Amino acid sequence: MIKKRAMVLVSNDPESIRLGANEIVQHLNEALVTYGIQDEVDVSTVSDINHSNILPLVVVYPEAVVYGPVKASDVRYLVEEHLYKGRVVDDLLAPPKMLTGQIGWLRGHKGYNPAEHRIVLERAGRIDPDNIEEYITANGYEALGKVLSEMTPESVIEVVEKSGLQGRGGAGFPTGRKWKFVRAAQGSKKYIVCNADESEPGTFKDRIVLEGDPHVIIESMAIAAYAIGADEGYIYIRGEYGLAYRRLEKAILQAREFGFLGKNIFGTEFNFDIHIHAGAGAYVCGEETALLESLEGKRGEPRSRPPYPVTKGLWNKPTSVNNVETLANIPAIIRNGAEWYRSIGTPSSPGTKVYTIMGNVNFSGVIEVPMGVTLREVINIYAKGMKPGSTLKLAQTGGSSGSIIPAVLQDTPMDFESFRKAGVSLGSGALLICDQNTCIVDLVKVLLQFFRFESCGKCTPCRVGTQRSYEIVDRISKGQGKLEELDTLLELAAEMERASNCGLGQTATVPIRDMLKHFRTEVEAHIRSGSCPTGVCEMAQEVEKI
Amino acid sequence: MTVQTIDHDVVSVVQAAIEKHGKNRDAMIPVLSEINHVFGYVPREAIREVRKQLHDPARQVHIAESQLYTLTSFYDMLSTKPRGRHVIKFCENAPCHVVGGKAIWDGLREKLSLENGETTPDNKWTLVTTSCLGLCSVGPVLLIDDDMYGNVTPEQISEILEHYE
Repeated sequence: MIKKRAMVLVSNDPESIRLGANEIVQHLNEALVTYGIQDEVDVSTVSDINHSNILPLVVVYPEAVVYGPVKASDVRYLVEEHLYKGRVVDDLLAPPKMLTGQIGWLRGHKGYNPAEHRIVLERAGRIDPDNIEEYITANGYEALGKVLSEMTPESVIEVVEKSGLQGRGGAGFPTGRKWKFVRAAQGSKKYIVCNADESEPGTFKDRIVLEGDPHVIIESMAIAAYAIGADEGYIYIRGEYGLAYRRLEKAILQAREFGFLGKNIFGTEFNFDIHIHAGAGAYVCGEETALLESLEGKRGEPRSRPPYPVTKGLWNKPTSVNNVETLANIPAIIRNGAEWYRSIGTPSSPGTKVYTIMGNVNFSGVIEVPMGVTLREVINIYAKGMKPGSTLKLAQTGGSSGSIIPAVLQDTPMDFESFRKAGVSLGSGALLICDQNTCIVDLVKVLLQFFRFESCGKCTPCRVGTQRSYEIVDRISKGQGKLEELDTLLELAAEMERASNCGLGQTATVPIRDMLKHFRTEVEAHIRSGSCPTGVCEMAQEVEKI
Repeated sequence: MTVQTIDHDVVSVVQAAIEKHGKNRDAMIPVLSEINHVFGYVPREAIREVRKQLHDPARQVHIAESQLYTLTSFYDMLSTKPRGRHVIKFCENAPCHVVGGKAIWDGLREKLSLENGETTPDNKWTLVTTSCLGLCSVGPVLLIDDDMYGNVTPEQISEILEHYE
């Protein structure tokens, strides 16, 4: 068998067909024969690409270059240049500034990033997510088969524990240990819950997995269920992710049809099934106990802990709540072993991390790289540098509750331990890169607006603390702040961290602390001179007169 | 998305939502989402009807109208008040903000003469801010009903709005 070296996807939604997608496929096949490369290149079609003004699209893998709109008459040239000579046809590239509709996920694959190491995103964008057979062909459900036929639940947990996999939702708790707790918990009814309530601003890595490779979540949840002793699982997906919901729904039906879900899976005694539950818009539901409340049909207000979900979770039964990215690592770890996984990344943080890059850089999208790469590497290599005229001022890592780090810290390796030592949070893996035109006060104000809006209101330190912090920073941004209010901000922060019931209130203070730690001079300039050094903040009238 | 609050419609919409999502307590949020999708908000009549159909002490399902109301007010995708025929949600979070989000927000407010949460007198548009929609690589991002728009520039606003009747 000749190994395929490239794969070409052509969009075949009704609109693309109307615009000639079928002719494009036909011309592609003919041109491949003309150049004698028909055995090396695979041609396939993808649908579900809506609302786009750049159809039909032609996507060439492995480089993941997106061309569009493509005409049948362009095809021969495209084949000659890209597939035969290996040169990207710049003239036909899809304009990145015109993407609308639901193909946002394709943007993540555009370009030809060097040295990515894809485990979590191994298949996303390369297989048809609506076709279980493509997943199976790409090693799909092999790990589940191995687990059910060759391994005990204890040995599954042991492999995951030895791999050193840590939760990728932000907290970094060792996954194997969590499963061990649930397995050891009293009771015969247990649950596995997949946290797909990805709402941390700047984070869309889980969406890429859910939309592009839904079966990997089903497979890993089944493995987790076997390990912890559960027969029922829930995927809690945020309400805004409609496309991902529909793909998961379809994937679950297919998995049942193929016998990967249901009774006596792989002819064993193991029974397992999955329900999907859509959220209705609440950031706090990403917090695991709030998520469980919401699953039970209540307001998403975090519970008091202990007890923790591992002993009293969904409907008070022992529950393992795992993030999408965490779960997506499981099948590869089972197939290749713990040693293999430990060989990637750093000793204290094995494996890869999926980052979403955005801001004032040339490439925004998603990358998966080994743990331990630095921010400088991400910006210069993967993000293809700052935008023309931009210099790095700061980066925010990990979404709204993540750290704001100044340019001088950009050489810190990004892994759980190094970041912890530097007092920085890796969070969800969102990397918001900001240039010299970003005002720290304006940025923190936007972040605090988010927290005061998303605070669930259950506990006072968070409900009132986020509001008061916002008011102070808002006043500073208008030139009406007072220097002593900076101390008030820090006092508030200390109380919120100490007394808030959940992570939302406890970490809403991170941007405030980082602002005052790294950018105090800029903040004080707003107060002392009543002007914004970057010219972003709109000062109140009376101050301008002074 | 026409708003109908004639009793008959409310009853059948609630009925259909319950048939789809079940009669247990954990069906409440999906049922309310379904109602919100049909009417653009969750009418009080619908809350009364959901309670009537779901509350069933014999099955240990205890539901009060206030609980349904409190769910509706808690979740951002559900609305307690009627909205316009089209709802524009504008992402106000940092990733969209640093790539020019404010200009889009100002443009929308100016074009529609609306502030956050308001509806036009002809009932065509409701303008609201939203938290991150997970499309951060193409910010600034807008969501109009179920259509997403990325990399929006102030010049595009009029063109985008023209698509809607």
